[in-house]
Amino acid sequence: MSDRLSVLKTYKLYVGGKFPRSESGRVYEVTDHKGKWLANAPQSSRKDARDAVVAARKAFGAWSGATAYNRGQVLYRVAEMLEGRKSQFVHEVADAEGVSKSKAAVVVEATIDRWVWYAGWTDKIAQVIGGANPVAGPYFNLSSPEPTGVVAVLAPQESSFLGLVSVLAPVIATGNTAVVVASEKSPLPALSLGEVLATSDVPGGTVNILSGRTAEIATPLAAHQDVNAIDLAGADEALAKELEIAAADNLKRVLRPQPVDDWTATPGLDRMTAFLETKTVWHPTGSLGASGSSY
Amino acid sequence: MPTNAHIAAHSLSDVAASDSTLRRFLHGLPGVDAVGLEARAAALGTRSIKTTAKAYAIDLAISMVDLTTLEGADTPGKVRALGAKAVRPDPTDRTTPSTAAVCVYPDMVAVAKEAVAGSGVKVASVATAFPAGRAALSVKLADVRDAVAAGADEVDMVIDRGAFLAGNYMKVYEEIAAVRDVCGTDARLKVIFETGELSTYDNIRRASWLGMLAGADFIKTSTGKVAVNATPANTLLMLEAVRDFRAQTGIQIGVKPAGGIRTSKDAIKFLVLVNETVGEGWLDPYWFRFGASSLLNDLLMQRQKLATGRYSGPDYVTVD
Repeated sequence: MSDRLSVLKTYKLYVGGKFPRSESGRVYEVTDHKGKWLANAPQSSRKDARDAVVAARKAFGAWSGATAYNRGQVLYRVAEMLEGRKSQFVHEVADAEGVSKSKAAVVVEATIDRWVWYAGWTDKIAQVIGGANPVAGPYFNLSSPEPTGVVAVLAPQESSFLGLVSVLAPVIATGNTAVVVASEKSPLPALSLGEVLATSDVPGGTVNILSGRTAEIATPLAAHQDVNAIDLAGADEALAKELEIAAADNLKRVLRPQPVDDWTATPGLDRMTAFLETKTVWHPTGSLGASGSSY
Repeated sequence: MPTNAHIAAHSLSDVAASDSTLRRFLHGLPGVDAVGLEARAAALGTRSIKTTAKAYAIDLAISMVDLTTLEGADTPGKVRALGAKAVRPDPTDRTTPSTAAVCVYPDMVAVAKEAVAGSGVKVASVATAFPAGRAALSVKLADVRDAVAAGADEVDMVIDRGAFLAGNYMKVYEEIAAVRDVCGTDARLKVIFETGELSTYDNIRRASWLGMLAGADFIKTSTGKVAVNATPANTLLMLEAVRDFRAQTGIQIGVKPAGGIRTSKDAIKFLVLVNETVGEGWLDPYWFRFGASSLLNDLLMQRQKLATGRYSGPDYVTVD
């Protein structure tokens, strides 16, 4: 045994590509499943939520405007970075969820695979849910999925890492930007994910990660006029109802919490399509003049 | 309130008698303690303004905005839209005050005048070869004459920074006085120093006194066209100058920071500076203005937040 004091990590928020402390200066204690202290996490206030929305809005133009292929590359890069920091996440997930190291390793690997799965969807989703529509006229009629905008994501409370990625990755894969409220009880894997995103070509502000009391942060997000959609995965029944009422004020899209027994199951497209809107354009074609010539 | 035209009756009247007396006076002004000035401006910026005080400050700031568009691409349509916004900044809430003025180029004054007719919103026009000010005096005066003839209530002139930096104070003085003459009693004169180009705080203090002596109704920091615009420190310095000027002559001069003020938080910091430096007498659109364009949207969003409790977004204010 050496006498070395280990260096404790100061967990911070991830907002606009930077790592600020909470504007309020507050922190709260994060413990493992047995109640042993792990770290202090920032306890975000409504102003942190506001700042995160501003950052997400600012990032939306560039991220939604990037080619789907480019977004796929960037997300794949995130998976590469996750792979390199696997042992750290195994450690954090084991502490957070009270599972053995080997079980945690399985969870982390499933998480990385999930990320790769969504990275692959970026340039394919338009082909599956968009396309050419048959119309009775000399037109092309094309539908394509467009991102909704800034999406507030309440991460699942129990599955601190796989659950988090399973709700976050589909939101950003399609070009939305996200404000994530991490699991209240186990926010550490989420805060570490911020460090991964910061070092993997994801433009600052595309993903913003807040930790703290879910109800306190989610309430101003649900009422915020500049948030376009909210995923209530991490809200309990009472909170979800309250947030949905607040969200109705500006016609936010709301994804209600659905019970998920097994986060490792293949997720399907629902989480992506929940935050997509369909844009349909009419495009004239065919013979336009009496001469019969095209164009 | 005595106007600046009465200055002749006061002790400062012989300052501008000749180039050398003017120089002696301006260089005799005490040097600026730059560290102290910046520390004071920063300290006043930490005041926390909340709830009802914040609501008051936001409404006051809206009523002090000179809503500005000074682009080569300005069209009559854009100026009309700006005028409509100045008159009724938030059409969804009629308790929102109008802005103080719209600020446009001289050729748009007539359009702006029509757009704000009957509302009490003033039309300010930049003039004198804005923003560089590099033109012959006759051209500058013609510029001002056009603006006033078109109905401008206020004229924002730029000083000749080249002459000022070369130490040719008399030339700057005479130019301001000449513009003052052309404005006559029809238009209030704002004098822009372009503080970002004056290099030192001492120069800003000298320019402030020079402008006030020459007959400015308002002293204004910047054009908004250079890298450094209004900062709390240079605005504080100019506020001190107008305070001291009134103490010596009894004449009150307005102050207008312009450029780079984008958020409500910034605007409220400036209002704190005004209140703490020159007092409530200046907390009025007649004596203090913000030259800004994007600031108004942020003020409106903050106002909506206070009214509804929900954070507002850029979708709920106009894009200009």
